[in-house]
Amino acid sequence: MDTKLIVSASPHVRSDETTQSLMANVIVALCPCVVASAIIFGVRALLVTAVSVVACVVFEWLYCKLLKRPNPISDLSAVVTGIILAMNVPVGMPIGQLIIGDLVAIIVVKQLFGGIGMNFANPALVGRIVLFISFAGSMNKWVFPDAAVDQLSKATPLAVADPSKLSLLDLFMGIHGGVLGETCALAIVLGLVYLVATKTISIAIPASYVGSVFVFYLIATKDLHSALVAVLSGGLLFGAVFMATDYVTSPFTLKGKLVYGVCLGIVTFAIRYWGSYTEGVSFALLFMNLWVPYINDLTRQTPYGYVKPAKKAKEGAGK
Amino acid sequence: MLNKLKRAALGAHTPHDKATAASKPIPMPLPAQVRILMSQHIGAPAKALVKKGDEVFVGTKIGEAGGFVSANIHSSVSGTVAAVEPFRLSNGRMCDSVVIKTDGKQTVDPAVKAPEVTDKASFLAAVRECGLVGLGGAGFPTDVKLQPKQSVDTLLINASECEVWLTSDTQEMLECSDDIIRGIKAVLQYTGIPKCIIGIENNKPECIDLLCKKTKDDSAIEVKPLPSVYGTGAELILIEKCLGREVPHGGLPADAGAIVMNVTSVSTLGKYLATGMPVVQRTITVDGDACAKPQNVVVPVGTAYQDILDYVGVKGELGKVVAGGAMMGPAVENLSYPTTKTTSGLILLSKAAAQPAQVNPCIRCGRCVEYCPMGLEPVEVNQAYAARDVQELGKLHADYCFNCGSCSFVCPAKRPVTQMMSLAKAFYLGEIKKGGNK
Repeated sequence: MDTKLIVSASPHVRSDETTQSLMANVIVALCPCVVASAIIFGVRALLVTAVSVVACVVFEWLYCKLLKRPNPISDLSAVVTGIILAMNVPVGMPIGQLIIGDLVAIIVVKQLFGGIGMNFANPALVGRIVLFISFAGSMNKWVFPDAAVDQLSKATPLAVADPSKLSLLDLFMGIHGGVLGETCALAIVLGLVYLVATKTISIAIPASYVGSVFVFYLIATKDLHSALVAVLSGGLLFGAVFMATDYVTSPFTLKGKLVYGVCLGIVTFAIRYWGSYTEGVSFALLFMNLWVPYINDLTRQTPYGYVKPAKKAKEGAGK
Repeated sequence: MLNKLKRAALGAHTPHDKATAASKPIPMPLPAQVRILMSQHIGAPAKALVKKGDEVFVGTKIGEAGGFVSANIHSSVSGTVAAVEPFRLSNGRMCDSVVIKTDGKQTVDPAVKAPEVTDKASFLAAVRECGLVGLGGAGFPTDVKLQPKQSVDTLLINASECEVWLTSDTQEMLECSDDIIRGIKAVLQYTGIPKCIIGIENNKPECIDLLCKKTKDDSAIEVKPLPSVYGTGAELILIEKCLGREVPHGGLPADAGAIVMNVTSVSTLGKYLATGMPVVQRTITVDGDACAKPQNVVVPVGTAYQDILDYVGVKGELGKVVAGGAMMGPAVENLSYPTTKTTSGLILLSKAAAQPAQVNPCIRCGRCVEYCPMGLEPVEVNQAYAARDVQELGKLHADYCFNCGSCSFVCPAKRPVTQMMSLAKAFYLGEIKKGGNK
């Protein structure tokens, strides 16, 4: 035998999908939101996004360099975190504060827990919450630097006392105050369609999350318009599409995803409707992130050929 | 929808790449010698009946079944026995083998004649005599399979051929449909099974059309087109897709009222009943990016891989040779291994295609969970196995895995998930055995 053959365990063919290609899909899906934010809030939105991405990538690279770990930035997950965090701050966010958020997201939440795949909560989400609590002033300034739209609205629609006066079309197109990525529902839906079409995510979590919030509002207010306003305003859509579907912090099975989505809906509704915060999505996400291991445990699939143990053997066989 | 809640089992969309689907099987030139293994099936190895210097013909019985679950072995060539010696298999075990120098004449043994079959007993005896085993890869002796203790209402013919590249079953259906029908009818007649379903993936429309045409007068035989996703051809999954029943864990298909036979097995049975020629050759698909002329070839059982490679030609630098399909077949390190009754293909991969992918950290995307045809959760098994947590492995049913390869195929981080699953399964079963409790 002159040539040595390579021996490895089967299978000997692999799909084309890689971690990098999945993350690239998410980045593409985020593009409509980035573009929409630049149109609605002005070019500073692009600056904020760029700074956040660069900061995340640099923190990730630096941390792994210092700890002599393999360089992970080519998997693009830091870029995704950077964009998502940027989409979660208002356009006037001071750059220094934003970078602190990136530091928390990448170093504290992601790398200290072991890097990609090991974080207990969504890094961008925790970054946002830290910013929200630490710099409440900057985080709640829904200013429009672009004077042309300055008159439209200064408050997030959730804080408006009478939601019936809000135009659904404006809400859908995103012409209202809020953080960068959350306002334009159209852009978010485009992103969702792309993610589902490329099979990057399953529709189960966004559908059950948004659906349950809608149903709860419909029951509570008995008014279709306010239920739609509740769905279209605040961070609900953005959170449901881009943050609740984070692989690491969402359940594996369809059953688990539905449970997760509905629980998110319950918590979000409870915070928004009964709580003092107008915005419940980030805390609902963080709260439910911590439950994911338990949801996974309780919503396992039934394996093929599983027969319930002897005591209930008859029921199991009859299934 | 309810089924999806129970178990996603999406089925991996492996590439079909059936470039050889239209390649009619042609016999390859006779090799100078063949090495016929005495263990080409599940169960006890056969006992060699010949010794060095004996003259043998095509179809001469050279190995006697070594037990109930075992099978006879016949010579695939005419010539002289050069040696009866132990041979190390790719799994590390030793196995007796009979080496036969061919004389090139391919004289058929005068004892080969169509068997007289009149009733169930003589039918089963004939099936046993011809050494037929499950030719799809498992190699379970067919006569044992055909006498189940449970009551069986359906004969399932597995013609899905979901493996990447392989087309030998496709060609068997196109070329030998009459043998297939004859085989099916014989099994139905003598075992008393009332109906037969032929499951074919819908990426083989010409096979579906042909078999539909051939069986339209027979109400007992139904041709069932199946979705072409990987995993359909696994015995358990086929039963679920065709009959809507599950085989209880650890049970046999007969526990779900079915007997599953590979389409090539039933075709070989049909041929044997007509001619009396036992299992001495089979069609093998040779393909892969390092194969100069991808094609289906008919090879005598016991032909060395090297002889087949010499015949079809290697293009560029050979990196890996896979015996069987690319999803489940083992990579071989030694080209002197002989083919067996169950070898359905040889996949030749170039150095570039055979390079192992870089393994990245698990991102817990859950694809291995969604695509597992058995409804297992490899990502959780991985954690439990890393912690050597026997109890958790039991809860996760790590022992249900049958190594189909779907999880590794879909893993975006390119982790060796299937390999981990088999290690976890072996560890779990070993610990259970040690502990003696379930």
